[in-house]
Amino acid sequence: MTKQEALFEFLLRKADDSLIIGHRLSEWCGHGPILEEDIALTNIALDLIGQATELYKYAAKVEDKGRTEDDLAFLRLEREYKNVLLVEQPNGDFGKTIVRQFFFDHFEHLFYEGLVNSKDERIAAIATKTIKEIKYHLRHSSEWVIRLGDGTEESHERVQESVTALSRFIDEMFYQNDVDEILIKEGIIPDVKLFKDEFYKNIEAILEEATLKLPAENYQMSGGRKGVHTEHLGYLLAELQYMQRTYPGMEW
Amino acid sequence: MEKDNLEVLDRNFQDKVDREIKIEPKDYMPDAYRKTLIRQISQHAHSEIVGQLPEANWVTRAPNLRRKAVLLAKIQDEAGHGLYLYSAVETLGADREDTIDDLHSGKAKYSSIFNYPTLSWADMGMIGWLVDGAAIMNQVPLCRCSYGPYARAMVRVCKEESFHQRQGFEIVVQLMKGTKEQKEMAQESLNRWWWPALMMFGPNDADSKHTAQSMKWKIKRHTNDELRQMFVDVTVPQAEQIGLKIPDKDLKFNEETGHYDFGEIDWDEFWQVVKGHGPCNTERVAARRKAKEDGMWVREAANAYAEKRAKRNKKAS
Repeated sequence: MTKQEALFEFLLRKADDSLIIGHRLSEWCGHGPILEEDIALTNIALDLIGQATELYKYAAKVEDKGRTEDDLAFLRLEREYKNVLLVEQPNGDFGKTIVRQFFFDHFEHLFYEGLVNSKDERIAAIATKTIKEIKYHLRHSSEWVIRLGDGTEESHERVQESVTALSRFIDEMFYQNDVDEILIKEGIIPDVKLFKDEFYKNIEAILEEATLKLPAENYQMSGGRKGVHTEHLGYLLAELQYMQRTYPGMEW
Repeated sequence: MEKDNLEVLDRNFQDKVDREIKIEPKDYMPDAYRKTLIRQISQHAHSEIVGQLPEANWVTRAPNLRRKAVLLAKIQDEAGHGLYLYSAVETLGADREDTIDDLHSGKAKYSSIFNYPTLSWADMGMIGWLVDGAAIMNQVPLCRCSYGPYARAMVRVCKEESFHQRQGFEIVVQLMKGTKEQKEMAQESLNRWWWPALMMFGPNDADSKHTAQSMKWKIKRHTNDELRQMFVDVTVPQAEQIGLKIPDKDLKFNEETGHYDFGEIDWDEFWQVVKGHGPCNTERVAARRKAKEDGMWVREAANAYAEKRAKRNKKAS
């Protein structure tokens, strides 16, 4: 694998993560539990889709085959999407959406803090903009985890159930293969192994404040980075790709 | 004595209105003025919130990344408009949640236009171009409304609405520059939205029960028919410019008046939708009600947590 191929693959992974979770959040638009949260979730979705756009643009340039950011976002097969499984999980209730976001934001926070120092200037620039947004997302999801966990009996039960259900998708965010090896060696991306303990320390501290727990028995799932997804992604892509597939090659 | 006082207050109030001095929340205002404003502003807020739904229907199917982002941003603006309009209602002593309950029970109205379905991507263009365009016609004069908080909210709303209108028109223009299918998509969409857009200005002046009083109070500055005519005059040349045909066989420019003459609105349809029997009335209200019901446990949790924290802070101090 060349450095260019590794870089392309890496950009797709991160762009897909942002696009898919942004898409999921956008499903809340108009249906939030309170107006303020409707606005907040839409706002976060907007940030994530913006991040995805920047990453796809760079990926298209790195690939250099004439594809655009929209071609990459809308016109690949399911197996070619490289997002982690966590981000494609359905919204469920508001608590489940928050827990999904909470795990994701905490990972992204540490990852992008490292990415800011990337030797690839364009990635460093994207990361510098993105990290500001992530800090806001992180605060939002963490505060809600505490509120819901330490709220009422019902909210505690609901959100604990979501923590249990979604925790099996955490470790996949730390997946590494030769793509990562090459880019870490080049100083382009941080080594996620180095902050895995910190990640768990961070989320466990907040879960404790929220009177919530990660499950003792925890069978981790993976496959997303290789393009093997859960059953949920196909439906999401059917909507996402609807216009591009129905009216091929048109400008909108 | 008290009656005389009230008459003096009412006279002073009307005098202020006539001299274009804004009425502020703590100022004296007649009960009927307050009630009219509560009704109008809360309906306006509801329209923003319900108005999110037909567009949200296309967020997950937007055709490219840029359109998806712009559409999301637009819907977010609308939620924001709802938020500060509800705040304006609260300056009149009404409770936001009570007015929302009125929406859910069917007691409060919202703009009928949102009871029409969004069936194609072109509808996102039509909503921006026609629906937001008509809303601007209605709302620009509201920036000079006699009630200060409403007028000021409208200044901000109008700025954003004009951006919405432009992005909608841009969607339509792009379609009209496109393939045969895209042009057909745009025309088919215009055919469905044109008449409902004209209905947005309300009944004819002769049948409008609130207009005269609202104009005297300077809540309203133009009659429904005047605004509708302004909208037609502005929009028809835009449609012609990009090659769309307005679905009205009676539409014709009148050299004498300098305005477009246009056909009669189907008032049976208008009243049917107003009375709650349009294509999507049930779905729209049900969606809002479901959002509130599904969110009940979240709001309860937030309140319970806030109380716990307040207690802990008290203990600590």
